[in-house]
Amino acid sequence: MATLAIDALPREASPGARALRRLSRRPSAMVGLFFVVFFVLLAILAPWVSPYDPLATSWSAIRKAPSWAHWFGTDEIGRDVLARVIWGTRASLLAGVVSVSISIALGVPIGLLAGYAGRWPDALISRVTDAMLATPFLILAIALAAFLGPSLTNAMIAIGISATPIFIRLTRAQVQTVKVEDYVEAARALGNPHPRIAVRHILPNVVPPLIVQATLAIAAAVIAEASLSFLGLGQQPPAPSWGSMLNTAKNYVEQAPWMAVWPGLSIFLLVLSFNLLGDGMRDALDPREGV
Amino acid sequence: MSTYLARRLATILPTLLFVTILIFSLQQLLPGDPAKVLAGEEQDPAVIAYLQKKMHLDQPLPVRYVYWLGGVLTGDLGESLRMQKPVTALIAEKLPVTIELALIAIVIALAIGIPAGIVSAVYKNRWPDYLANAVALWGLSTPNFWLGIMLILFFSVQLGWLPASGYVSPFEDLRANLAAMIMPAFVLGNAIAAVLMRHTRSAMLQVMSSDYVRTARAKGLNERVVVLKHALRNALTPVVTLGALELGTLLSGAVLTEQVFTIPGFGKLIVDAVFNRDYAVVQGVVLFTATAYIALNLLADLAYFLINPRLRG
Repeated sequence: MATLAIDALPREASPGARALRRLSRRPSAMVGLFFVVFFVLLAILAPWVSPYDPLATSWSAIRKAPSWAHWFGTDEIGRDVLARVIWGTRASLLAGVVSVSISIALGVPIGLLAGYAGRWPDALISRVTDAMLATPFLILAIALAAFLGPSLTNAMIAIGISATPIFIRLTRAQVQTVKVEDYVEAARALGNPHPRIAVRHILPNVVPPLIVQATLAIAAAVIAEASLSFLGLGQQPPAPSWGSMLNTAKNYVEQAPWMAVWPGLSIFLLVLSFNLLGDGMRDALDPREGV
Repeated sequence: MSTYLARRLATILPTLLFVTILIFSLQQLLPGDPAKVLAGEEQDPAVIAYLQKKMHLDQPLPVRYVYWLGGVLTGDLGESLRMQKPVTALIAEKLPVTIELALIAIVIALAIGIPAGIVSAVYKNRWPDYLANAVALWGLSTPNFWLGIMLILFFSVQLGWLPASGYVSPFEDLRANLAAMIMPAFVLGNAIAAVLMRHTRSAMLQVMSSDYVRTARAKGLNERVVVLKHALRNALTPVVTLGALELGTLLSGAVLTEQVFTIPGFGKLIVDAVFNRDYAVVQGVVLFTATAYIALNLLADLAYFLINPRLRG
């Protein structure tokens, strides 16, 4: 009888499934997700959907306004702006994902060590983190990119390193909260070694806020890559990137405003999408935040 | 107060020490002999020899750091190879321009962010709240250099109202100075306004549900008095500290904004130095920025301490 009653109860969904369900009920997060998927597909399918070669110049089509032949117009050496915007998606998304991966790969283990070990490793790591956070993000990235040399790879490394302290701090704070929980005490009492406790018992419980932070960090990294490319420290010409397109476009605002409109609008849309998705995920993973 | 200050300074000093280590280490990223790289394209042997001696390249790394730090502590941030001037002199020359830009940007950010945050909290979950949130999200997602270009396109190219670039000293012609500064300052203040709006909204929502606000309402006070006099005063306290964290955004933003509007400030100094491979200037500017950021945050903390009686208790 009792078995029957238990079987009749609906099975409780996992916290992950519940969070996903909450996320799917947020229209703004869904709009964000839609555009993120759109840009990812655009980046992958660039060779097929791009109407022209993004590097092909045409001296007979210099700074042509948008038309049926060139929907977004052409640039100062006759390249198709739409083709360059489509191919530029690759640089932006790549920079966003790679630099945040670098931040996570460095920041999470260091934060885990600081939060779990405490004492002098924590003190040392915290001071270094404070020092990095004292240097404004973009200025640190500019300095690193300057010393490493201008290229997309170095820009991604510079952005990744500059964003690392945020992940160290977040992981450390989460680990400090989780490590005093009963189940961690129990794991310790059972004689599990420290690395195992840190990786198997603590790490999985600090992942949700890290996912949210990573999504928002991609938005920041996309802007940072565009900023570095705008300053000439990121993607090098003639390879297309939204930031470097804007760098050239600012010299032709009067004669060819379309050169500036589309790459900027693309950065805005991609960053907005990641911000909407990140905000939605934060609310979905922590219902109290939605208040 | 003095105990609090001493405690804060005790955490700041090690942070500053690590900042200097971090900035000194940047030099180590340069491939090969730093003196050869720093000497630029000319590769003048005299310059290389001078740099090798000045940078103590024959000494081990920690000794070199101590020499460098000694210079920094006495105000010697090195010399710009390109401009043949001490880095400190260059910073002192460019800084007032950026300070003016930053101050106008802060005024714009406060004028937009705080009223928008109040309106958003008072009309929570109604259309003014949605509108303010949408505008904040727009502010946070717009790359400021693109916004700058779009403003130039509209106000300078289309309407011809404002100059597209350049800088005039306020002591020369205040009107022309403000005309040149208003667009860049708006661009810079825009993102900070969005952050201030979010902080004000959340602080106001918290305060508005507290007992003393309920008491003020129960006394029959006018809602305007409750919001502006009772709630806002307390809500603004955390906004001061959280807002201070945005000073980093301000300094980073200035780099891009000054580039778009060709303003000869601090931000343009670092970008030009990067392209001239004037590494001493890059290091000097980064060190100065970090120190200024730490100092401004300390000031904000002290302000928070002074305006919050509970902390003083």
